[in-house]
Amino acid sequence: MLGETEPQWLSEEVKTGTTIIAIEFNGGVVLGSDSRVSAGESVVNRVMNKLSPLHDKIYCALSGSAADAQTIAEAVNYQLDVHSMEIGEDPKVRSAATLVKNISYKYKEELSAHLIVAGWDRKDGGQVFATMKGLLTRQPFAVGGSGSSYVYGFVDAEYRKGMSREECQQFVVNTLALAMNRDGSSGGVAYLVTIDEHNTEEKVILGNDLPTFFDQ
Amino acid sequence: MDKTLRRGPERQLGVKNDTKSVFFININVNSLCVCVCVCVCVCVCVCGLQYDLSASTFSPDGRVFQVEYAMKAVENSSTAIGIRCKDGIVFGVEKLVLSKLYEEGSNKRIFNIDRHVGMAVAGLLADARSLAEVAREEASNFRSNYGHDIPLKHLSDRVAMYVHAYTLYSAVRPFGCSFILGSYNKDDGAQLYMVDPSGISYGYWGCAIGKAKQAAKTEIEKLQMREMTCRELVKEVAKIIYIVHDEVKDKAFELELSWVGEVTNGRHELVPKDIKEEAEKYAKDSLEEEDDSDEDNM
Repeated sequence: MLGETEPQWLSEEVKTGTTIIAIEFNGGVVLGSDSRVSAGESVVNRVMNKLSPLHDKIYCALSGSAADAQTIAEAVNYQLDVHSMEIGEDPKVRSAATLVKNISYKYKEELSAHLIVAGWDRKDGGQVFATMKGLLTRQPFAVGGSGSSYVYGFVDAEYRKGMSREECQQFVVNTLALAMNRDGSSGGVAYLVTIDEHNTEEKVILGNDLPTFFDQ
Repeated sequence: MDKTLRRGPERQLGVKNDTKSVFFININVNSLCVCVCVCVCVCVCVCGLQYDLSASTFSPDGRVFQVEYAMKAVENSSTAIGIRCKDGIVFGVEKLVLSKLYEEGSNKRIFNIDRHVGMAVAGLLADARSLAEVAREEASNFRSNYGHDIPLKHLSDRVAMYVHAYTLYSAVRPFGCSFILGSYNKDDGAQLYMVDPSGISYGYWGCAIGKAKQAAKTEIEKLQMREMTCRELVKEVAKIIYIVHDEVKDKAFELELSWVGEVTNGRHELVPKDIKEEAEKYAKDSLEEEDDSDEDNM
């Protein structure tokens, strides 16, 4: 057939149109993400884990362009490895976040990725840092990705200070489920990572185990 | 004594008569010029002979003489001490005043490396100043890359590596200064490291560098520094500097005191004037007491 061109999604950039969230509790952090990777209207990967380890007790949540985010995470993982050997102890979460921020800011015109860095260290316990477009700010919790717009109201209303570890995990799962329901670029399964002084726990919550709301 | 450093292949015809005097004729194959190098050494093993001309040469007994000579340069300078106590660090430097015309407080020998790190030096002051700049750059780059204060052990390792690099090549000479780095923060507490011209860094509870370092070390060992606070330690540091100062050989001196600890909220600062005067008074009084007790014994 004359004049047939290739499907549009082959030429679209691969984005992790996404919902990511991280929240701090007394003694650690909980990170959560969905698992959909889209190229335009096509879902390229429906089970991608967007929670990437930077160090034993520091993780980051990826959003924006998949390639950009993964590259930043790998580069910082390497830098933190070297850094922790040089100083002879586990790196601070702030160091990891600063390294991510330095790359995001220096290449802010070329990159389009937003990483949320969260983890636990000996000095300040659980910490969450947002590093969008090259800023660095510590927050009690942070949301990001295209799906986050749909849940700002929910997180602002439902967040309370001093939530326990289990309450934080439930809060994260609820937020992800609501966002995945409304955002076309988020979906699949929910990945959860809980980091505290003693261990780092990774969990997957499959689609039918996610919480349901009024319309389901 | 005429010594010329010759590069390139050399043939040396050494005629050794006895251990008291040695004659060398150096022939440089490239330039075909003959240089007569006369070296008269009196003692047996202390002089490096031809092994001490550059830092890139080992001696047969495994020493690098240039580095040892650099350490002698430190021993010619006046004393500096640093002591760590349970809540901070105190530095004391005996700054010899060579002329009455000097402005008071000039030629400081205690430097600020970062908000929380101080450095006291002994040896060639110009070398020390350049190393202070190196340390400042390291601390500043760390803060820019990692977002927080540099841990003192890391800073001391980095500067020691830099000092060590200058002991490897014949094109440069080793740094002729030792320095003591100290810092305090709430989580890691007080820390004290000393770096010497060979490029080694050690952690200490108390250390001394300069001409009276042996005497100062003896005095420091008498202290129970692990139980003291900074305020008590300031007086003891002043006292030690006054004790080790040699009244006969060196006349006037200025005492430089600085501290970093809980009392300064983790910032490295010069000790305030009133506390410094109180410490000097305590030092002078205890010296007089010792003089008095000496007289009684006679």
